[in-house]
Amino acid sequence: MICSRFGGFALAALVAWGIAACGGEKKPQAQSPAAGITILIGHVAPLTGGIAHLGKDNENGARLAVEEANAAKVKIDGKDVRFEMLAEDDQSDPKVGTTVAQKLVDAKVVGVVGHLNSGVTIPASAIYNGTTPPTPMITGSATNPKLTEQGFKNVFRVVGRDDQQGPAIANYLAATVKPKLAAVIDDATAYGEGLANEVEKALKAAGVKVLPRERGSDKTTDWKAVLTKVKGRNPDAVFYGGMDATGGPLLRQGKELGLKAVFSFGDGACTDKMSQLAGSAADDLLCSQAGIPPLAASKSFLDAYKKRFSVEPILYSPFTYDAMNLLIEAMKQANSADPVKYLPVLQKIDFAGATGRISFDDKGDRKDAEMTIFTMKLGKLVPIAIIKSGKTIKYDDFVAMSSAPAADAQKK
Amino acid sequence: MDIFIQQLINGLTLGAVYAVVALGYTMVYGIIQLINFAHGEVVMVGAMVAFTVISALAPLGLPPLLVVLIATGCAVPACMLIGYAMERLAYRPLRGAPRLAPLITAIGVSIILQHVAMLIWSRNPLAFPQIIKLQSYDIGGATITNVQIAIMVISVVMMAGLIALVYRTRLGTAMRATAQNPQVAGLMGIDANRVIAFTFVIGAALAAVAGVMVASYYGIAHYTMGSQLGLKAFCAAVLGGIGNIPGAMLGGVLLGVIEALGAGYIGDLTGNVFGSNYQDVFAFIVLIGALILRPSGLLGERVGDRA
Repeated sequence: MICSRFGGFALAALVAWGIAACGGEKKPQAQSPAAGITILIGHVAPLTGGIAHLGKDNENGARLAVEEANAAKVKIDGKDVRFEMLAEDDQSDPKVGTTVAQKLVDAKVVGVVGHLNSGVTIPASAIYNGTTPPTPMITGSATNPKLTEQGFKNVFRVVGRDDQQGPAIANYLAATVKPKLAAVIDDATAYGEGLANEVEKALKAAGVKVLPRERGSDKTTDWKAVLTKVKGRNPDAVFYGGMDATGGPLLRQGKELGLKAVFSFGDGACTDKMSQLAGSAADDLLCSQAGIPPLAASKSFLDAYKKRFSVEPILYSPFTYDAMNLLIEAMKQANSADPVKYLPVLQKIDFAGATGRISFDDKGDRKDAEMTIFTMKLGKLVPIAIIKSGKTIKYDDFVAMSSAPAADAQKK
Repeated sequence: MDIFIQQLINGLTLGAVYAVVALGYTMVYGIIQLINFAHGEVVMVGAMVAFTVISALAPLGLPPLLVVLIATGCAVPACMLIGYAMERLAYRPLRGAPRLAPLITAIGVSIILQHVAMLIWSRNPLAFPQIIKLQSYDIGGATITNVQIAIMVISVVMMAGLIALVYRTRLGTAMRATAQNPQVAGLMGIDANRVIAFTFVIGAALAAVAGVMVASYYGIAHYTMGSQLGLKAFCAAVLGGIGNIPGAMLGGVLLGVIEALGAGYIGDLTGNVFGSNYQDVFAFIVLIGALILRPSGLLGERVGDRA
């Protein structure tokens, strides 16, 4: 509504965005008179607020999967079905997150992809679990371990957990930079703090001294006071648990103050945006992603995404794309869109997705989730190592290995 | 000691920006007793317009300083227009209404501006082009950059200009007269509506410059950047005594320094019970403290208690 009314305001450069946003939302209505059954699937991510760009990226990934499934004319139980995605905005706010979760449940969605933030996903997962039967949900980006430790059978994630990712980046940092003293900073969110805790634990285990934790918020752009304090202690390495919108300014201001430490980040700040926000200060940073790098994983996904949305995928869209495909695939295999029937299939699924092979363990976590370590060279993220089952593999070797997920994705 | 000096420099830079934004709040409040919560969004629009202009001009190879000046030259009139439109369309129709009505309208205007900006400039955090080469200077072990120096100097010049405008010109006299008593000012032949519109326009111009300064200092512009900044500047205005122009300046600078020193030292002083995440809380602690201990602010003005 608002979208079409204000569409005229959009500048030429953003017309693509406008079309993506408006066109996408109108489409279901235009097609709805078609015969067959309509299956409702929810998607939730922050579409407004500080990390709305990542939220839109998530939504695009899921939308692409839905549109591909509709174009492929999927049949379930012998009937033509059409998938419809209900896209909601949780504003990165746990309170709004539970409200929209309830809204989706009331709209009788049969599955949900989302949410983006761990702090929002955890309370929302209780709502999806509280329905009879529980509504299956797959998150493509919430990495806090607590999510799958609640014992909910309907909750899955296709990314690695913080307690896999934290040690991965921390150990890589300890092995290559060999810091004596490290500073750990977080953005005081469930994600940022959770990841920073895991990193701190792993650094200490590796014999690195860690300064008392410093914190900002998920809206902080002024890090000077914190960084000045950190600079006074002269650490060799800095880790920040938070998103790119706050991590970029942090990195830039750190270099501006003359902090001579290696800066490292988790997946939330492992985007190309970092080099735009921090400029040349971003060169040589280290960061980790909870999964394999999208650019290595699935050419077909990347091409389809760029063709459909006229922008590059930013971070988690390959994961939400896979999450949506997993729901659809499980329904196809179970030959039913009834959660009672397709949830057991989803639990046992073995699926070649855009981010590699996906299957779930008993908790709903992705089995053998890979972690990738990146560095920044000339404004582009370059993968340097993959960490799988505690082993560090050089990126080139990983790609060379015959089981490279790229091959899987192409087969699909 | 070098750490202390560094925190002081950080605080003064931040404070200079707060002061300039706080002036917009205080001037409007001084005249019509309205807290214009949309003022922070005007700062954001200033930054966004400058972003668009700089991005367009950067590839042309013009001297960087000229590009920034042109960008500011575009942002200021754009924001002045918004300031005028805001007053004309949203606040003037409510001139005689109870005070709560324009206050809530202000929040509405703020939400509208934010979301229109989101539609125009997208949800992405925009990397503000760094075309002015960053140079660091050393002061007693602390570093100060040319951008920080520029922010402080520009702020001081603008504040001096505003003081001159308010206390030395006919328009300034008219503004002060309207602030004291709009009815009597009207009897003296002052067009109150015109003066009020001018106040909004001047405040918006200051906000535009502040927007450019903030965005180039942090290297980032985002459609939500105005709300937090606006709230902090509002706290600064209250600290200094809302309605009082030198008060807003003092309050802004003080608040910046309190925030920087507070965030820098709270951990050490409390044995890490409280951490630097309390940085944003200081502004509101200061606000509450000011309201309890000295409701009229440091340089309290009698504006508050006039009928």
